[in-house]
Amino acid sequence: MTQRSRLHIPYPPARPGDKPDFSYVQISPAGAVDRPETRAPVRDIENLAGQMVRVLDEDAKAVGPWNPHLEPQDLQVGLRYMLLTRLFDDRMQRMQRQGRMSFYMKSTGEEAVSIAAGMALLPTDMLFPSYRTQGLHVARGHSLVELMCQCLSNTRDMCKGRQMPVMYHWASGNIFSISGNLATQFPQAVGWAMASAIKGEDRIAASWIGEGSSAEADFHHALTFAAVYRAPVILNVVNNQWAISTFQGFAGGELQTFAKRGPGYGMPGIRVDGNDFLAVYAVTQWAAERARQSGGPTLIEHVTYRAAAHSTSDDPSRYRPKEEWQAWPLGDPIVRLKQHLIAVGEWSEERHSALEKELEAHVTACWKEAASYGTLTEGPTLDPATMFDDVYKELPPHLARQRAELLALSGLQPARDSAEEHALDRQTRAVAKEG
Amino acid sequence: MAHMNMVQALNSAMDIMLERDPRVVVFGEDVGYFGGVFRVTDGLQRKHGEHRVLDTPIAEGGIVAAAIGMGVNGLKPVAEIQFADYIYPAFDQVVSELARLRYRTAGEFSAAVTIRTPCGGGIRGGQTHSQSPEGIFTHVCGIKVVMPSNPYDAKGLLISSIEDEDPVVFFEPKRIYNGPFDGDPHKPAIPWSSHPSGAVPEGYYTVPIGRAEIVRPGKDVTVLAYGTMVHVAEAAVRLAGVDAEIVDVRTLAPLDVDTLCTSVCKTGRCVVVHEATRFSGYGAELVATVQEECFWHLEAPIQRVTGWDTPYPHAFEWEYFPGPARIAAALKSVMEAA
Repeated sequence: MTQRSRLHIPYPPARPGDKPDFSYVQISPAGAVDRPETRAPVRDIENLAGQMVRVLDEDAKAVGPWNPHLEPQDLQVGLRYMLLTRLFDDRMQRMQRQGRMSFYMKSTGEEAVSIAAGMALLPTDMLFPSYRTQGLHVARGHSLVELMCQCLSNTRDMCKGRQMPVMYHWASGNIFSISGNLATQFPQAVGWAMASAIKGEDRIAASWIGEGSSAEADFHHALTFAAVYRAPVILNVVNNQWAISTFQGFAGGELQTFAKRGPGYGMPGIRVDGNDFLAVYAVTQWAAERARQSGGPTLIEHVTYRAAAHSTSDDPSRYRPKEEWQAWPLGDPIVRLKQHLIAVGEWSEERHSALEKELEAHVTACWKEAASYGTLTEGPTLDPATMFDDVYKELPPHLARQRAELLALSGLQPARDSAEEHALDRQTRAVAKEG
Repeated sequence: MAHMNMVQALNSAMDIMLERDPRVVVFGEDVGYFGGVFRVTDGLQRKHGEHRVLDTPIAEGGIVAAAIGMGVNGLKPVAEIQFADYIYPAFDQVVSELARLRYRTAGEFSAAVTIRTPCGGGIRGGQTHSQSPEGIFTHVCGIKVVMPSNPYDAKGLLISSIEDEDPVVFFEPKRIYNGPFDGDPHKPAIPWSSHPSGAVPEGYYTVPIGRAEIVRPGKDVTVLAYGTMVHVAEAAVRLAGVDAEIVDVRTLAPLDVDTLCTSVCKTGRCVVVHEATRFSGYGAELVATVQEECFWHLEAPIQRVTGWDTPYPHAFEWEYFPGPARIAAALKSVMEAA
């Protein structure tokens, strides 16, 4: 019989109409994974890449060696930030649906990944986010008004109308700019961390990408450079199971965990329950301590679920069962932290409802203020002439001429622009030389 | 005044900047211990240390991405891409990231990265060690593109590039690393020590970015050239026996329109020369600019002399190379027109 090669085409366990099936997600019991010393050699801790670090158990109690033993006040802050992120996302989605902005991307279901990491790192550490880690801005206290103004491309837009919504940055908050080209920030974070070490500073860098974009060459560059130079950086892969319509198997997740790529490059890989606030906090803290002690980089895979659509331009009912989010075995990060706080007597349903109301009112007030600086449908608007700024540090002559041309077209300046005068000058000079 | 070839002049520029500015770091493939495959970084790691002059993995995308991260963290990285032909794996990081970081963050973030890369043919490098991809980069807004034609400019322009707050792609025409090449591969090599531009100050100086230079004044026709082709054009002018004005463009972006077009308005004729392929090449931009600015002064159609629109062939290098005979023919043709 003739043997023929055949391609394996990854197929998700469930498509629309199928019953959700997450049996492929290997889950360790809470508290079951050892917590090694932060200086442990990679070869001794490879188990971390295959198991799953979890702290919150089925009774919402914090158990095991990874319990970061946070004060209740810190947990309440974490809960507040996660809830604020979710309410912010919901509001922005609605405003996009009303046509007041062009686009939005929610992080619903993944809030713990950003908020817990944002709280575990120092404010001086540099963050290189992906487009679904808006929680980092929330955790660092970035004003929602500023974030909204960016999404609105209005007169207070930090990007001056040059970027699509959610492509935030915040230099004074040590959060880098988001690129629409995926994974580019991963090796940039490594370069930033290398510079920190070259300068002899103890600041570290952290970056986030989705499991889908771990297929980009930039992922490989980041891990290679981070491992070779033992750069003080934390590299996070947020495995939310879906990259638009392709499931995580299309990025190579069928046969191996994403965390296991870490030991392959010579760095620890930790697979963590990404919906367990305490576990995300604990592994981030572990990796940060290791990096600060010259122990080099760590790759963390956050196992979570993208509960919302990829973006406002996407309709997930076309490619996955509607009930998947309800069936997701790691639950909802907000509900889990809330139940934990209730279980330890530091929270209640009443306090939770009150917090929701308070944050909802805050989001409403922020939206009102942000919209007063302009929306897609209502002014005020940015000055289009600013589009020529910041291409270079100084405006070069050709851009000055193009700006003059635009202004002339808009009737904002006399039709005879500087370009024309420039050419006339030259001709006068040439004639003078001939003479 | 010392005599330096282009390799020594570039080395001196980096040595001086490593000395003057603690933010400067130099890295790339084989750049550290070994000193670079063309020896441009020779001795720099020994002198300035392994944290300032680094070898890197063979990953051009990683090299440029790391440079961006370092730039954001306040360093002034000088990254070497071993051959311009190898720059494509870094293309996204250059075009989508490095070039646009300042713009997309409205000036809050930027990375003052210099990318040095040897380009051009004439060394039997075949199609993967001979390319001149400058036109691909001049099409990208947000980066500056420089290509010197001699040791003096190489050093002064590299220092300016390192000091510049915008990213610079710095092309080094490798055929003239060791001496000015007039396009005849059968003649004995001429060293830079016999050329006036081989006289290079030992210390710090700059040559400004954004300024072209008239390397040979003349009144009959203007030749716009850069890199190796400046020297080939000089040979062609002698061959054609015309009184040509040769302008070394030096900075391809932003372009010194004034110097170029003042010359063409004066001579009324123009030949554009580059080694890169012709179609959508950088020469097309030069021709368009001259047409827009000098149309009423032109006495003849502008001509382009370029590499053929084929990959750079290994065996037919000199049939491919736009040598003095082809340039001379173009010069004669524009002189005879009208």
